[in-house]
Amino acid sequence: MHFAVLQLPASNCDQDCVHAVRVLGHTADLVWHKDASLGRADAVIVPGGFSYGDYLRCGAIARFSPVMQAVNEFAASGGLVLGICNGFQILCEAGLLPGALIRNRDLQFHCEQVYLKTGNAETPFTHQIPPGKLLRIPIAHGDGCYFADEQTLGQLQAGGQILWQYCDAAGQITDSSNPNGSLLNIAGICNAARNVAGLMPHPDRASEMILGSDDGRWIFESMLHTLAVSGTRRAA
Amino acid sequence: MSSAPPLASNFELLPMIDPAITPELVAKHNLTPDEYQKVLEILGRTPSYTELGIFSVMWSEHCSYKNTRPVLKSFPTRSPRILVGAGEENAGIVDIGDGLAIAFKIESHNHPSAVEPFQGAATGVGGIVRDIFTMGARPVAAINSLRFGDLGNPQVRHLFSGVVHGIAHYGNCFGIPTIAGEVYFDKSYEGNPLVNAFCLGVLRHEQIARGAAKGIGNPVFYVGPATGRDGLAGAAFASQDLTEESAEKQRGAVQVGDPFMEKLVCEASLELLATGCVAGIQDMGAAGLTCSTCETAARAGTGIEIELNKVPQRAPDMTSYEIMLSESQERMLIIVHKGREAEVKRIFEKWDLPWAEIGFVTDTGQMVVRHNGHVVVDVPAKKLADEAPVYHPEARIPEYLTAVRAFRLDGVPQTVDPVPDLLALLADPSLASKNWVYRQYDHMVRDGSIVCPGSDAAVIRIKADSIPPMSEDLRAKVTPFSGEKLVAMTVDCNATYVYLDPYEGGKIAVTEACRNLACSGATPLGATDNLNFGSPQNPEIFWQLRESVRGLAEACRAFDAPVTGGNCSLYNQRGALGAIDPTPTVAVVGLIEKIEHVTTQWFKDAGDAILLLGNVVNSADPLQGLGGSAWLRVARGLKTGSPPPCNLEEARILHDGLRSLIRGGSIKSAHDCSEGGLAACVAESCISQLIARETPRLIGATLDLIVIQQALKDGIRLDAFLFGESQNRVVVTTEILAVGKVLAQAKILGVPAAVIGRVGGDHLRIQTEIGQFSWALTDLHDGWWNSIARAMD
Repeated sequence: MHFAVLQLPASNCDQDCVHAVRVLGHTADLVWHKDASLGRADAVIVPGGFSYGDYLRCGAIARFSPVMQAVNEFAASGGLVLGICNGFQILCEAGLLPGALIRNRDLQFHCEQVYLKTGNAETPFTHQIPPGKLLRIPIAHGDGCYFADEQTLGQLQAGGQILWQYCDAAGQITDSSNPNGSLLNIAGICNAARNVAGLMPHPDRASEMILGSDDGRWIFESMLHTLAVSGTRRAA
Repeated sequence: MSSAPPLASNFELLPMIDPAITPELVAKHNLTPDEYQKVLEILGRTPSYTELGIFSVMWSEHCSYKNTRPVLKSFPTRSPRILVGAGEENAGIVDIGDGLAIAFKIESHNHPSAVEPFQGAATGVGGIVRDIFTMGARPVAAINSLRFGDLGNPQVRHLFSGVVHGIAHYGNCFGIPTIAGEVYFDKSYEGNPLVNAFCLGVLRHEQIARGAAKGIGNPVFYVGPATGRDGLAGAAFASQDLTEESAEKQRGAVQVGDPFMEKLVCEASLELLATGCVAGIQDMGAAGLTCSTCETAARAGTGIEIELNKVPQRAPDMTSYEIMLSESQERMLIIVHKGREAEVKRIFEKWDLPWAEIGFVTDTGQMVVRHNGHVVVDVPAKKLADEAPVYHPEARIPEYLTAVRAFRLDGVPQTVDPVPDLLALLADPSLASKNWVYRQYDHMVRDGSIVCPGSDAAVIRIKADSIPPMSEDLRAKVTPFSGEKLVAMTVDCNATYVYLDPYEGGKIAVTEACRNLACSGATPLGATDNLNFGSPQNPEIFWQLRESVRGLAEACRAFDAPVTGGNCSLYNQRGALGAIDPTPTVAVVGLIEKIEHVTTQWFKDAGDAILLLGNVVNSADPLQGLGGSAWLRVARGLKTGSPPPCNLEEARILHDGLRSLIRGGSIKSAHDCSEGGLAACVAESCISQLIARETPRLIGATLDLIVIQQALKDGIRLDAFLFGESQNRVVVTTEILAVGKVLAQAKILGVPAAVIGRVGGDHLRIQTEIGQFSWALTDLHDGWWNSIARAMD
């Protein structure tokens, strides 16, 4: 499979995502933010970083990048799009995912390993995760507090769109296991069509045991498996 | 008019806005009458106002090392691995094999951080990162060394929090893992915190870039954001005492950082270097456009001529003085091979970065600056850059050392209960976990963090995507690098030791750093030092500096860790608060051969045997390792006594021996004894592994020290036995079945070794002649893990 990894000004996990994909035996290319085409992508990753410095609101300017038009079209046609960290923020700003990510509740940046509980194991991003498996994956963000209105939260719950929640080592969804104050301990969600997902934790930093965990592979493996059975989808 | 020489005839009159050069104005620029006389001799006339400013910054301690240069000559600077040595360029470069090399350097941003902690620290990171990519290297890791006053003081908390936030802001956004560091708290830093930032980058040997203005007629480009009035004469500011008045007035001398811009400038510069069109490159750091133009010309033995009207400017009506001395951040000076200008334009426009062609290289040896149709600067570049005055300040042994050296333990009550002592030591902010700090730094970006903050040394892996972009030609020529290199790094300095004995303390700083590397499985490649001291005009302080450098240099030789560059920060003193403790921080970088050799400090499995490598106590030390110790300070409120002596030969044997044992495959954990001695070392090995947020892995230990204690023929105080800081000791663990092998190997290697206990349980238990002491791991962990966060809430 071939992934397009967006390269926005000050994307700084772009290489990490390419690396993670390659570790899994697949290929990836960086796609420059001024490009209007995603090339021969089977799936798209919007990587972490501080696009445009994130001086306004995280992801607020990135969504106007020319390449985001191509991502919109790719998503509309059912292509798989995964936003990681800043990528999640960008997808929310672009309206591809509901809700918003605001400052962490303690106003500090958090870089640490967290445990994630998978809320819906029947999506293209989660179906390979073994039942009951907690994922240990690092976060690194200052603006990761997921926020949405009651109605949206209700829709997310009803639609099985809450993919991952912060939990403790025993799998309990607790307040102290929530690093940033996210509503419902939300770490990652998908859209109603389940082909666009975003999460604050970095599966790209948890794809090899040498880095302390390879739990992030389950997320990429789910995407790869989905692509393999559905036939690859070529971007325009 | 003064009686100074008249202006040379080819030197045009300046606009009326420039003030007349008076002795007061000269003094305001921190130039002594003798130095000014030298300026007059070099120029053969009165300097213009802009020239005065230029001499002022270029001859500041920060840029010229005028007080320290003779002392620095004692550092070892050569080894077969050194590709670019100390003082040659913006950073030293060391070979790591397979055609790869690393560039690294440490630099201070103390004074800016004292007046504006967030921006001061942020731009400190920005500056050192720029020094690294200026060498053609891709920055891949950052570490830092910080000092603050007592956390009980709200102003200190403000500084601490601002500095950490500033480092996090810049490093996180740029995308560099801030992966190790040290933080100490001591009253001597109350008015003058220290912020020393280190950066390491990776490149191929063929990619080394030079900061030289080569090629007569080559165009000179300015790239990066526009020049503003921020950071005016920051280098000069850094080279004088801090006062309340100067701090307030100099807030405008603190630059404002934009890590987003730096990321773009870095990527664009590396991309440009790959085209081969660059003849020379230099960042605009301290002294901005001034330093970059005269240094590049001086290195190449050429001249340089620039036109200030072409320099992008952020504010209207900037004077030549302001433009030349501005320290606006994220700017680079690039000398391009004539005829290849279009490539600069193409790449910098791709990255949406401002650029301007502002001048050209000449054969005159002069640095010439034009502004609004006038020549405002015309000075010999080499004399300005390389002929700063050199001083040999007077040195005198400090008076306080008489009492320090006479100190004995007789009057110090022995500990009655080591249980609360250990809890207090681990909860002391200088010894406690720094998770409150490093959790705010992205220490995992770039997918290379093998050992994260919290062990003796950090370890990163270097992989193919760590190498900057290569030209087609280079790509075709070299074997692609597909493996991984493991690089370990640490920064250390126990400034209390240095204060109490600068020579011994200097030795210990390097020795501890090298010991930390050995514990992680690494062999030192090179060192970079940051000399933080008070005013060199005070003979006692200059003596501290000279003596500590003697110690540093001797230790660097002993461990074959040549100094590849560094930084001097003097005048770290503020009014009545006095000078800081002498703080020569040392970062040492090492290489680990194989991934199996990477070793961490925490205990691994219940049942493993705990061994002490090295002598329990140095019998030649009348203070039994308690001089300058954390126990004496925390439990007895004393900061005195000669620090434990450090035998470098013994240290070398220990480090080599430990590495051999690690390579032999039997060592499961290794942690050195430093502050808090043996008890703190073992406790940290029980509690320092972190699995995830709020999920430490606690694993107990039982030590039986009776036999060892009985074997000490001179006897030992219980507090010295548990908390003494005798040098050259490491606690390791091994599988129980391998104990015999490890002891036999250690004997062959000449390393004293003894089994002292067993891993397991939920307590730390220590059996001594006097009795058994026990701590619940949760109690040890709580104070150690949370004390800084509690102080900051």
